[in-house]
Amino acid sequence: MLQVEHLTRRYGTVTAVDDLSFEISADGVYGFLGPNGAGKSTTMNMMTGCLSATSGTVKIAGYDIYEQSREAKRRIGYLPEQPPLYLGETPAEYLRFVGEAKGLRGDALARQIADVMEETGIGEMRGRRMDALSKGYRQRVGIAQALLGAPEVVILDEPTVGLDPLQILEIRSLIASLGRSRTVLISSHILSEVQTMCSKILIISRGKLVAFDEPARLEERLAAPGEIALTAEADAQTVQALLAEIPNIASAAVVADSPERSRFTITASGGDIYDLSRSIFRAFAASGHALCELGVKKASLEDIFLELTEGGKAE
Amino acid sequence: MRSIFVHELKSYFHSLTAWVFAAFLLCFVGIGAMMYNIQAAVSNFEYVLSLSSLAFVVIAPILTMRVLAEERRQRTDQLLYSLPVSTTEVILGKYAALLVLYLVPLAIIAVYPLVFAQFGDVYLPTSYGSMFAFFLLGAALLAVGMFISSLTDNQGLAAGVGIAVMLFNYYSVSLSEYVSASALGSAAALVVISCIIGLVLKLLTGSGNLGYWTGFALSFASFAAYLLAPDALEGLLPEIMSALSLFDRFYVFVNGVFDLKTVVFDLSVIGFFLFLSVQSLEKRRYN
Repeated sequence: MLQVEHLTRRYGTVTAVDDLSFEISADGVYGFLGPNGAGKSTTMNMMTGCLSATSGTVKIAGYDIYEQSREAKRRIGYLPEQPPLYLGETPAEYLRFVGEAKGLRGDALARQIADVMEETGIGEMRGRRMDALSKGYRQRVGIAQALLGAPEVVILDEPTVGLDPLQILEIRSLIASLGRSRTVLISSHILSEVQTMCSKILIISRGKLVAFDEPARLEERLAAPGEIALTAEADAQTVQALLAEIPNIASAAVVADSPERSRFTITASGGDIYDLSRSIFRAFAASGHALCELGVKKASLEDIFLELTEGGKAE
Repeated sequence: MRSIFVHELKSYFHSLTAWVFAAFLLCFVGIGAMMYNIQAAVSNFEYVLSLSSLAFVVIAPILTMRVLAEERRQRTDQLLYSLPVSTTEVILGKYAALLVLYLVPLAIIAVYPLVFAQFGDVYLPTSYGSMFAFFLLGAALLAVGMFISSLTDNQGLAAGVGIAVMLFNYYSVSLSEYVSASALGSAAALVVISCIIGLVLKLLTGSGNLGYWTGFALSFASFAAYLLAPDALEGLLPEIMSALSLFDRFYVFVNGVFDLKTVVFDLSVIGFFLFLSVQSLEKRRYN
């Protein structure tokens, strides 16, 4: 569906996108993550033919975006970060223009406009000038134009940026429904958004692809060894002595200490985090000291993101 | 291209642009017709067109200032780039819409000579020949204005530069009498023109090296020509200024001559500036 091979873009001496390669072959919602300035928008602009590449290729359904641009662009729908709307027009007029430019005519055009209006929920605003529409509705009109022509690949650059919480929920649910019948690639720097919507995540840092996997597998792959939060009815010294007997503990940091109760954060050095948790439980049970809290704290997508993008210092 | 053309034309008629343009042109031609044909009872309609050609200095830049600058400002150019239409189709679609917009008041003006012919002897071939040249002159100026609009996202700047360029073209023949006809003066002017070409190249390609080196090479060639064959440069500057005047060529038609050279020149100007507009739009994709 979407093939990106060795895509590179340089601005003078600055390399914005560096030898990026990936392939998406199934329908679904894919997340494109990266800190500001990592090269997300540049990559999306190249994938849609808005920007030339210094080297590399992008193929949409087998058509090269630069060599067979007309065929490739017929199969792609794009919403840039700022919806490209003619504000003096109504959504109906605007969608008619975009539909005609995508080669739709007559009944097919009218039917598709009605379909995308229904899909994006802008039917009641069809006759209102777009400069009078709310930001959420403008975003919907932007998405509607991207859906015209029934593209196989829909690329949305930060589709929820600047929207209020209710509008964000509406747009997210819309994108999730789109992903059932199309390949949807969305860029975002809101991790929770990507985690809830996307079946797979691409993480880009300094123009390079650093991860491409399902959110759960990314956590699995990168979350180990993880941490354990522990609170026991014993002073810190006693707890430390008990922990010293248990293997696979890299460090045990005291968070709070009193004669009755102490809290620790334990970092595993390897192996299964739940095996370690079990060993700790048994050691404390055998010693007779009550465990008030024993929680496995796995690395979140935030941790993974920070680790892969080197603390977000991509710029 | 059809979709761009229809969309553009609709947007002109939706806004005041088309109406103001038509009203201004009709008003200008109407005043001229009243002065020459009615009050002075002169039967030559071409004189009215000659007078009205000055209106282009203002209305052509005002009409073209938003054509591409507005797309850039509103970021709708990204939509055009991502649609399955080529940059050439975008430019041709927009230009065709401008021409249709221009043809509407011209179609009304085309009736005037026929009306005047009812009341006296109007030599219609010269009137309509001049009208054809008037159309070509406007079409060429619209192409120039379109190119200027492609260089910036600021409509005001596009209009200002457009008016300055067209005013210079309007007065270039008169000004040519005041500029130096000496070899040194021509060489100096050629160096300035070389620098301007270099700057335009830099703007179009985004490549500083290409622009600067082209400007430098042309300046060097001009200077070398001055050293090696100064006689060839004698009177060159006034000649260039007269030759480039679109308005002066139009007056040939007003004088009753159907000049094919003018037709070819105007068509070449249209083609050249549309080509530059396409390149200017493409350059943004590359930079």
